[in-house]
Order: sequence, then C-alpha cells, then structure tokens
Amino acid sequence: MRPRLLHPDREFDTHGRLPRQAATLVQDLELSTLTAAMARGDKRIADIAQRALLAPLTDLDAIAYRQAVVRDCLAHPNDARALYALAVAAIERAEQASWAFMPRKPASIVRHARDVLLAYLESLRALRRLADRRGEHVASDALRVFFELIRRELDDAALREMERHLRALRFTAGIRVSAGLGPANKARDIVLHHGRARARVWTRLERWWPPLRRRREPAFSYQLDPADENGVRALDEVRDRILEGVSVTLAQASEQVAGFFHALRSEMAFYVGCLNLAERLGELGAATCLPEPVADAPGPWQAQGLYDPCLALSADQPPVDNDVAPQAASLVIVTGANQGGKTTFLRSVGLAQLMLQAGMVVAARSLRAGACAGIFTHFKREEDASMTSGKLDEELARMSAIVDELRPGSLLLLNESFAATNEREGSEIAHQIVDAVTESGVRVYFVTHLDDFARRRYERDAAGTLFLRAERRPDGERTFKLRPGAPERTSHGMDLYRAIFGDADDGVGDAEDEAAGPTADAHPPHTPT
Amino acid sequence: MLLPWAETMGVEGVPVTGPSVLQRRPVEVPSGAASDAVAAAAAAEPACFTDLHLDQVVATITAGREAYELTPFFHAPLTDPDDVAYRHEVFFDLADDARRTVIAGFGRDMRLVREQRARAAALLDPRQGWRVYLDAALTYCSAVSRLASGLAEHPPGSRALRALAAYVDRYTSGAAFTSLRAEAMRIEGALDDVRYELTVEQDRVVVRRASEAPDDGAAIARTFARFSGERFGGEPRRRRRESRRDDPAANQIESAVLERVARLYPDAFGALEAFAGHYQTYLDPVVATFDREVQFYLTTLEYVARFERAGLPFCYPSVSADDKAVRARDAYDAALAHGLLAGGGSVVCNDFELRPQERIFVVTGANQGGKTTFARTFGQLHYLAALGCPVPAREASLYLFDQVLTHFEQEEDVRTLRGKFQDELMRMHALLEHTTDRSVVILNEALTATTSHDAALVGRQVLSRLLEQDVLGVWVTFIDELAGLDPAVVSLVCGVDPEDPARRTFELRRRPADGRAHAIAIARAHQLTYAELRRRLRS
Repeated sequence: MRPRLLHPDREFDTHGRLPRQAATLVQDLELSTLTAAMARGDKRIADIAQRALLAPLTDLDAIAYRQAVVRDCLAHPNDARALYALAVAAIERAEQASWAFMPRKPASIVRHARDVLLAYLESLRALRRLADRRGEHVASDALRVFFELIRRELDDAALREMERHLRALRFTAGIRVSAGLGPANKARDIVLHHGRARARVWTRLERWWPPLRRRREPAFSYQLDPADENGVRALDEVRDRILEGVSVTLAQASEQVAGFFHALRSEMAFYVGCLNLAERLGELGAATCLPEPVADAPGPWQAQGLYDPCLALSADQPPVDNDVAPQAASLVIVTGANQGGKTTFLRSVGLAQLMLQAGMVVAARSLRAGACAGIFTHFKREEDASMTSGKLDEELARMSAIVDELRPGSLLLLNESFAATNEREGSEIAHQIVDAVTESGVRVYFVTHLDDFARRRYERDAAGTLFLRAERRPDGERTFKLRPGAPERTSHGMDLYRAIFGDADDGVGDAEDEAAGPTADAHPPHTPT
Repeated sequence: MLLPWAETMGVEGVPVTGPSVLQRRPVEVPSGAASDAVAAAAAAEPACFTDLHLDQVVATITAGREAYELTPFFHAPLTDPDDVAYRHEVFFDLADDARRTVIAGFGRDMRLVREQRARAAALLDPRQGWRVYLDAALTYCSAVSRLASGLAEHPPGSRALRALAAYVDRYTSGAAFTSLRAEAMRIEGALDDVRYELTVEQDRVVVRRASEAPDDGAAIARTFARFSGERFGGEPRRRRRESRRDDPAANQIESAVLERVARLYPDAFGALEAFAGHYQTYLDPVVATFDREVQFYLTTLEYVARFERAGLPFCYPSVSADDKAVRARDAYDAALAHGLLAGGGSVVCNDFELRPQERIFVVTGANQGGKTTFARTFGQLHYLAALGCPVPAREASLYLFDQVLTHFEQEEDVRTLRGKFQDELMRMHALLEHTTDRSVVILNEALTATTSHDAALVGRQVLSRLLEQDVLGVWVTFIDELAGLDPAVVSLVCGVDPEDPARRTFELRRRPADGRAHAIAIARAHQLTYAELRRRLRS
C-alpha cells in the first residue's frame, strides 16, 4: 500500500543516487533558486523537487499522470496542502512517540513499535476521514486511486483490528505464548496469543465457585522471589526470547507504516512545491502553464513567452521572455552581444525541458516539446577564463564525461564551450564534437563566441541549423530578446564597455560601434548572471 | 571444538574384531593389545624425521585433525609391498569424488556426534543434557546408515573398504543398532509432539498444555501487511540479528519452565531419561576405529590436492623389497615446496635413477645449490612410499627399506673442532652398527670438522663399509674423490646457470665431480677467464 502519486507503477526514489551529471545541472541551470521558491522554507520540498527535476520522465503517459495531479492541486490548493500537512503531522507525532535511541532488546522493541503504531493509528483515521470527505473531488487518476485505496484498505474493520492488536500488546494479563521443544529442549516455534479477554472475569468466577477450576487444563506455576536479581534478569531474558518473533513483525510493521507516510509526505511535497512556484511566479506577473509534451524527441520545439524562472525569482520582477517558433533543427546556435540574454535563454530552454519532464508547470505561456532522453549542460566555468591547456583539458574532460552518458534523443546545452583555447582550435574542436553528437541524434543548443565556428556553420548548413542572435537595437541597447539572425563578427563588448564607463567618445572601438552612436540609458533592466 | 580422541569416543565394553583400513590383519578393539594400529600409536617419532623435514610434512598433513591423533600412523612405515598395495587401493577408492564425499561426510557426522556428546555432558539442566544426548545417538545412527548406503551406492574396490562395507552392513542390520535407532526416533517423535503454553507475568510464569489458540503474531503481520511497499516493505530496512545469543544452556526460569513441561508430559520425558540411562555405550568400536583410521587417507589426499592445484605432481610409486634400482621423475622436497606454495615461489624438480648395480649418490657442487634438498627429497620419497602414501614426484619406483638412517651435520654444535669430529665419528659408527642390507642411509655434509685429507681418508673407509653392507643412499659431501670411488657410486653435481653463474638452477646432473666448473663460471662472469684476461691485458 503506497500512495504512488508520482509514478503510476512504483514509488518515488527519495534516496537513490543522483545521476552523475546532477551537480552540473544544478549549478549551470541554478536549480536551487527554483527549488527554493518551490520549497518556501520547507527543506523537504526543495529536496524532492530537485530529485524530480534531475530524474526526467521520458514517457508521455508518466508526464501526463503528474500533470493531472498538478491540475487537481491548482484547482483545490487547500486539499493538496491539507494532505501534505497530514503526512507531516503523522510523522511528527510518530517521532514524538519514538524513543531517543532505537531499542535493541525484543521486549523493548515491541513496546516501542507498539507506541509508534498507536501514534500512526490516529493519523490513519484522519487520512480516512479526508478520503471520505474529499475523495469525490479529484479528477486525476493518481489521487482518485489513492483515495479509493485508503477507503478500501483502511475501512472501519481494518482500523478496529489494528487497534485491537495494539491494545493487546500492552500485555496487561502477561505475555502468553505457546511453544514446542527445540534443540536442547529450548523453546521453539514460539507463537504469540493475545491474553484471554475474560481472564479476570474467569478468575473471579473461579474464586466464587471453585468447581469451575477443575474444568481447566492443569497448570504449574513458578513464583519468582522479587529479591532474586538473577531470577529477575532470567525472566527478562525469557521475555526477550519469546517476543523475538513478534518484535521483528512489529518493527517491520512500524517501518512499513512509516514508509507509507514518508512516501505520502515526499510525493505531496512535490505537488505543494508546484503550487508554491505557480503562486510565486503569478505574484511576479509571470505566466506559467502546463506544457504539452509530444512524442518524437527531440522533435519540434515551440514556446511562447518562454523565460528563465530563476532570473525572475532572484530579480523579483517580471522577466523578459522569448518566443521560439516551431522548429526541429538539431542544432541551435546562439550568438550576439555579451550580456544580451544568451545564457538566460539557454537556461530557460533547459529549465523548461526539465520542468516539463518532471510533470511540473513551466515558465512560459505555452510550451510544446518532446521528452528528451537526457538533459546535459556544458557551461563555461569562471575559472576557464585563462587560456591554458590545463583549462582546456579540464573542459574536455567534462565533455568526455557527458559523452559517456549521451544517448540519441538527448538535449545538450553548450555555453561558450571550448573557449579555453584560441579560436581556431576551439572552433575545430567544436566542429568535430558538434558534428558527431548531432549526427548521433542529439539536439544541441550552443551559445558561442566562436565566430569562425558559427560562420562556417552558417555557410555550410544554414537550412538545418537555427541561428539566433541576441538583439541589440541600433542605439546599442539590449532588449534581451533573441531573434533569428546570422552570426555577426563581433560580440559587442564595446557596448558594455561604454555602458559601464558611460563614455562614448573614448577612441576605442570599431566601425560598427561608431555607427551605433552614444547610448545614455543602455543599462540592462536587470543583470543576467 | 574437538576433544581428544579416546575420551570422546566412549568406546568400551566387549572387544570386537573387525576390519582395519590401515592394515590387512583385522584388529581387535578396544582391548588394544593385538592392534598394530594401537601399537603404532605408541611408536615414537623416527630419528630421521627432523633431518628429512618429515616432521614438517606430517605436521602439515595432520593439521586441523589433531583430535584424531593421526601422527602415530605416520611413525610406522610398512615393509611388505602387499601392505603398501593395501593402502594404495584405499587411496584409489577415495580418489573417486562420490566415494570420498561419502567417507568425508561420515567423518563430519561423527565429529558432530562427539561434539553433541560433549555438549550433553556440559549442560547442567538434566532435561537438556538428555535431549542433546539423544541427538548424538540419532546423529550416530544416521551417520552409520548413510555410510552403509553410500558405500552400497558407490561400491569400493579396495580390500579394506570392501571388508568395512560388509561389516557395516552386518552391524546396521543387527539388533543392537536397529533397536537403538528405533527407540531414539520414537522418543524424538514424542518430544516433537510436546507443545505447551507459557504465560509470563510480572514475577510469575505459568505453564500448561497448549490449547488451540490462534497465532496472533501472524494476525498482526497480516493486519499490517497492507502497508508493505515495494521498496520499504517486505524486509526491515536495517537487518536485525535474527538470534541474539546462541547460548544452548537454559537459564533459571527456562529450567523451571522445562521442569514443569516435563510434569505435563511425563511419558515423553520419562522415556528420554531412561534412554540416556540405558544407552551409555552405543558406539561400535570398529566403526569408531574406522572413523579415525580413514582420516589418514582423507587428510593425505587434501594435502596432495594442494600441490596438484599448483601444478606439482604426486604419484603412487611402485615399491619393491628386493629391487634396489630406484628412480623418480620430477621429484621434489614436499616440505620446501609447501612453503613455496604459500609464498608463491617456484619449485625445482629433479630426476634421479640408480641403475641395477648402483647404490649411492654422491652429491657435490656449489653451496646453496640444492644438494641438501635433494638428499631430503630422496629420503622423503622413500619414507612416504613406505607409509603407503603418494609421493612428491611425477613417477617413481622405490625400495621398501627396513629403516632410514640419517646423519646430518649439527650446526649448533659449539664444542671444539676435535670434540666435534670425535662426536661425529661416534655418531657415524653407531649409524653403521644399525645399518642392514635393507637400510636407506642419508649423509649430509659429514666429516667437515677435520682436515680435508683426514676427511677423505675416513670418507673412503665409511663409503666402502656402506657399499659392503649394500645400503641404498645419498651422501652430500665436499670430498670430490668419493664420487669416483666405485662403480656403485653415482656422482651428481648441482648445476649452475651457464649464463649467470651467480644463479643456481638447483638441478642435479649426473657427471663427474669437478669443483672448478662452478668457479670458472664465476670467473667468466667477472671476465677473468683466460681468454678474457688476455683480451683485457692486451688492451
């Protein structure tokens, strides 16, 4: 019995090893900004959201399965939060009932597990009430099946049965077992029997009318002198021995019930995170939508109002967005001005892809895209700035590690890769790598200043490659929008120089820049990172 | 944990005569007087053991089986080729995996019997002791039955095991065995049927016969089974130790409970107590003796297998009490090789052959060249062959001696040169007094404690005495002229790698003794040969 709100056929893996490229993705796409907004201070949500983002779904039905739950949650946010809160409270209550140290002796394990299970029993009743009350209001398969499961498995009879067993484990009339003779005549095949419910009544009756006693089995008792310390210890040993079997059963039962609530908490954490994110971006005036996943990855890609949610969140203001016309090019080359929104665009593509494949809402007005086999980023590292062979070596080592994992249908985002050497060599490396991976069925987005590479590509295969350029108005101002356009020869470093130094007439520049003229208000609306 | 042999076997009562796997003549056990095996048990370690490193060989072979006290078996070499054949037959039988598994399984079962008997005696609670004693009897019965059926299924070819199989068949169909087994099984069944109910209260336990009450532990498991998940369910996440303590002894409360269970089931416990009283000496002495004696074969085969896994040969030699023409191919020192197996070194094998009129190898050559190892190899091969064991060689024909006499230089001797020489002569004299025409004599670096002139004189004398007595042997010596003394003497020289004279090949070649061969090789290495010196001096 598991909630199965994230996968139709299995539990969500909350503790498995993350994919090898996980740390790189987190760093390059600034995933922690996104998950922090989802978490709203709840570390657990951040953790689950990150895991969901880093384990992209590739099956369209699996994506739709989550999207349906997201839709339910957006329609009834209070129910979603209540279900999550219930799981959180259940685990908290059980933790309060738990002892500081896990006991090791069977008799103690039994007492401990019994107390924990009694605490969970309350939460199970609350869950059942929630299912009774709200079960009819959900539309998604996942939640409908879940509430049906609760109402079926936790019917009144089952809840009563659990309570009866747990009360019996208080052993008010002693621990009663039956056993056979094992090796060396020690007890074996020990079976627990709950105390006789009427034991006390019988005792009284027998005292009152002795002939009753004769009808009972012969019994021999052994009375322990309370002062006999060895005897007391021996009796404890006997208790531990006869409770060994049931202690394993109970420990297992309490772990399983705990496992159920932990799964429920983790899975609802994801959806509450989606709610939080949608609400927060809404407050910023940024649109979110449930994307439309299509078969045939990498396939056509189409977006309207696509933006980088992390930038919007950290800048705390509405984002600049881009439209991406429907296209299926296996290579997208992005060129243009420095700080013109190229990296931001690359991130918005990567994040949208990850969020789509996590079954989440995405940061766009609309998105239609295939599910990739894998999503990989290769971004220029700050420390790559110096042109030494050691840097190139490091960069290519990272590239090689990615290639180990690349499969057809993957998405590869390259951001100023292979710049740790001179342009000619960098271009040559880029050509060989890009040719090889695109011909293997991998879609590549490449933000690059390698003019030689971009120009040659343009001359060779203008039709099969999409060229985007960071827009720069004739006055030099950046709009942070990307437009289709052939690669230019320069990267407008001069603009930035002027913007920062506020000096147009410095005598440094080229013909193109001189033609652009002075720009008084060329500061970007916010600073892309 | 095994206990010393005789104590744990509990073999006593009327002596029984039965077959032995170590000797052709049946043994009478346990009276002992007529048993050659028991006589052998008294035999002290032969004097040659230390010199030939046979003490190491035997210690390795018997390691782990100390409780069987096998060492005495290795102190009694055989002199009749048919006795050797009798043992070879058993080895051949046990070379078959299926048959060896039967016999080894019987040995394990019998070890368990002894452990159980020891455990029964150690338990303070009599009701526990009786039960374990009963277990021991049951283990014994199944051990013997399985031995009988195993031997029937894999019929042996050896005289020894055929006789043993016949004996075991007779024994297992006899009244003593069948009634023992029937009674033990009846009581075990009665005890298996005992089921009692125990209620543990605050400071009191109550015991009664078990009633038909539901298994509430299972009911709890069923009730909560609905929560099992594919990853967390089924198995507890942290593996708990299944059983905390494996202490078979009952504590005070458990004993009190057991006593009360016995009162509830007086028939079963009455029969159990009676069994323990009546069947004190149920072990058949012939079966028990077989259990011990057959370990001689099993442990030797395990020892041999270790060498064979490393690619070193062992073989069953042909032995003769008449023919002194001995030969071996790829022979080696088993004690040395066993050490090298552990350390991963390579073992050098040697061939040797004494043709019909030849009697004594005189070994000369470089120090550390394998001379002593060869002497030990020669001795070990003959000794192991006389035990009826396989020998460390690919192929061997060996002579069945009456005794192996050794004279190895005593290095730790701190007496004066003169005292030492005197002592050595006395030892050598004693040795010659004991030699017969069936002896094997091995002399190693004798007569070093005097001048070479004296040594040569005495050496010639001793050698002619040995030849006169027609002994078979090896003489490792620095006295080159002994090597050419007589046609019955074969000269062996230990080899040196011609390319690198500093490296010994440890191979011994038949060739005239020539102390200079080695020196010239070393000279060449230092470019001090004639030709080299001429050339160097010219320039």
